Amino acid sequence: MEIAFDYTRSLGPVLGQFMTALRERRILGARGADGRVHAPPFEYDPETFRPPGELVEVGQAGTVVSWSWLPEPLAGQPLDRPFAWALIRLDGADTAMLHAVDAGSAAAMRTGMRVTARWAADRVGSIRDIACFEPGEGPPERPPEAPSTTGAGSEPVTMTVTPVRLRYVHTASAAESAYLRGLADGRLIGQRCPACGKVYIPSRGTCPADGVPTDSEVELPDTGTVTTFSVVNVGYPGQQVTPPYVAAAVLLDGADIAFQHLILGCDPGEVRMGMRVRAVWRPRAERGTTAGGIGYFAPAGEPDAPYESYARFL
Amino acid sequence: MTEVAVVGFAQSPCRVREDATTGGVEMLVPILAEALGAAGLTKADIGFWCSGSSDYLAGRAFSFVQAVDAIGAVPPIMESHVEMDGAWALYEAWVKIASGEAETALAYGFGKSSGAELRRVLALQLDPYLVAPLWPDSVSVAALQARLGIEAGLWSEKDMAEVAARSRASAASNPAAQVSGDVTIEDLLGRPYVADPLRAHDCAPVGDGAAVVILASGERARQIRDRPAWITSFWHRTGSGSLGARDLLSVDLRPPGYRPVDVAELHAPFTHQEILLRRALGLGAEADVNPSGGALCANPMFAAGLARIGCAAEAVMSGRASRSLGHATSGPALQQNLICVMEGR
Repeated sequence: MEIAFDYTRSLGPVLGQFMTALRERRILGARGADGRVHAPPFEYDPETFRPPGELVEVGQAGTVVSWSWLPEPLAGQPLDRPFAWALIRLDGADTAMLHAVDAGSAAAMRTGMRVTARWAADRVGSIRDIACFEPGEGPPERPPEAPSTTGAGSEPVTMTVTPVRLRYVHTASAAESAYLRGLADGRLIGQRCPACGKVYIPSRGTCPADGVPTDSEVELPDTGTVTTFSVVNVGYPGQQVTPPYVAAAVLLDGADIAFQHLILGCDPGEVRMGMRVRAVWRPRAERGTTAGGIGYFAPAGEPDAPYESYARFL
Repeated sequence: MTEVAVVGFAQSPCRVREDATTGGVEMLVPILAEALGAAGLTKADIGFWCSGSSDYLAGRAFSFVQAVDAIGAVPPIMESHVEMDGAWALYEAWVKIASGEAETALAYGFGKSSGAELRRVLALQLDPYLVAPLWPDSVSVAALQARLGIEAGLWSEKDMAEVAARSRASAASNPAAQVSGDVTIEDLLGRPYVADPLRAHDCAPVGDGAAVVILASGERARQIRDRPAWITSFWHRTGSGSLGARDLLSVDLRPPGYRPVDVAELHAPFTHQEILLRRALGLGAEADVNPSGGALCANPMFAAGLARIGCAAEAVMSGRASRSLGHATSGPALQQNLICVMEGR
């Protein structure tokens, strides 16, 4: 399962200035109460906890304080070929910046070596506006770009967007596996708590009330009662059903916990608490070991269940 | 202030587990029963519960809520959570008892470290503006610290390999360990770098696991066990979040009134960090360090720090040690550290 999200953060006054300067190929630091220059800048002085005064410009070249060599880069890192991570003390700064050094080989790296920022071609006001550092002093004549005074790039940078993408492998527990295999097979498999006798579907392997493993399987019918529901009127990205539609808590006959499912096959306005419903299975060939085995629940055409029969599950 | 002691500990074997979900339930159920059973307690005897785990590790929101299934929350329980190693959950539990709000407490930590690429997941604990967008992986960040120490003359790659070899030999008697056995220094030093100067043996293995520690106040502790592990100091400190502004070779570890210990369980996920921690604590030859094999042999994320305290408490409860210390760390390059000192009476 791949989980991706673009974290969008406001920068605040200090980092806003820092990022705006990066876009202009300048690197800023903050002078602390003790006179030391931090680059990147702190937002609050580590000694006095006050915000910094006016930021100061530091050099684009600096000295490697420590480094590690990464023979196999990982996704998202600044370089996709072997490179060094380094703590780099920029000229005029007293603290170090963590960044990548494109040195070609570990043999080219040593503590105390000189490195220079290599700028990204497209700069947006991000730490990645520095593509990486490279060994040496860099071309001597590389004047920082004057801040542009026109166009979209002239506004101060106030936000930063960091795309995060991580891949997870979710394993199903034994109880979840039994449930999912059952769905593929057109059966509803729950589990019973040996302590209190309650039946859970889907079971997560333990009784959430007693904390003991639920080890006996129970097959349940595909009919149940709507205990409560809501009408979804709002659209969202990735939505499978066109609003308005009903999401309901369905208490299967014989179960002691309701689970959430769709109610289709009738006007949303007809759905009510106590309504009797029946599962509408996807065709066998389309069913896998996923929750999608049941497409939705539809009215069963039976008289409503009395309130007392499901009140304790609300 | 109320006296508090550790009266129970259990940990799951640390493995890459195909049968365990990110909710931790499958790993926790057996060890909750084990720890409670050994202490002669039932769920109903526990006044306060606190867990440590991470949604980033689980890849979903509120993953700790599912873990409560392993306890059972009927009738209602008093329960809390930290998005940190279970050692910090234990700290909260200790405060709860020390302040008289509970007589007994159970802290647990769990982590399915193998659910995603751990080195990348841990990049997200770094500064989200200036550092995390570069995705520095956890091993590379630790390697920067290792080189600083090598070049400062504090340790060598051979010293680091010796820590790995000693840890693996010690872990041979620990069934919870993920790696163990005899290795030679020469063999280890002949292997390739993962992130120069770190080789695979310098880094904790990626494994899934859980740990449970039970605390009790003075009178209850004496009822539960003949020899509880009395907590004499419990203390934690956080260093700067800025890797480039922090002195990576200096950690503030000694709690006020610190006295030498017989056994120290140090949460060092990298070999050089064990050497750094030993130096910071001034541990000499008199102390048995990581007789369990430590985090280098089993490092279930969000449980390994709690397990260190549990192992140190076991040393006192079993009579092997008169005073012991459990250490836990969190964050990059030993940014946050916690120390729990215990003694038998």
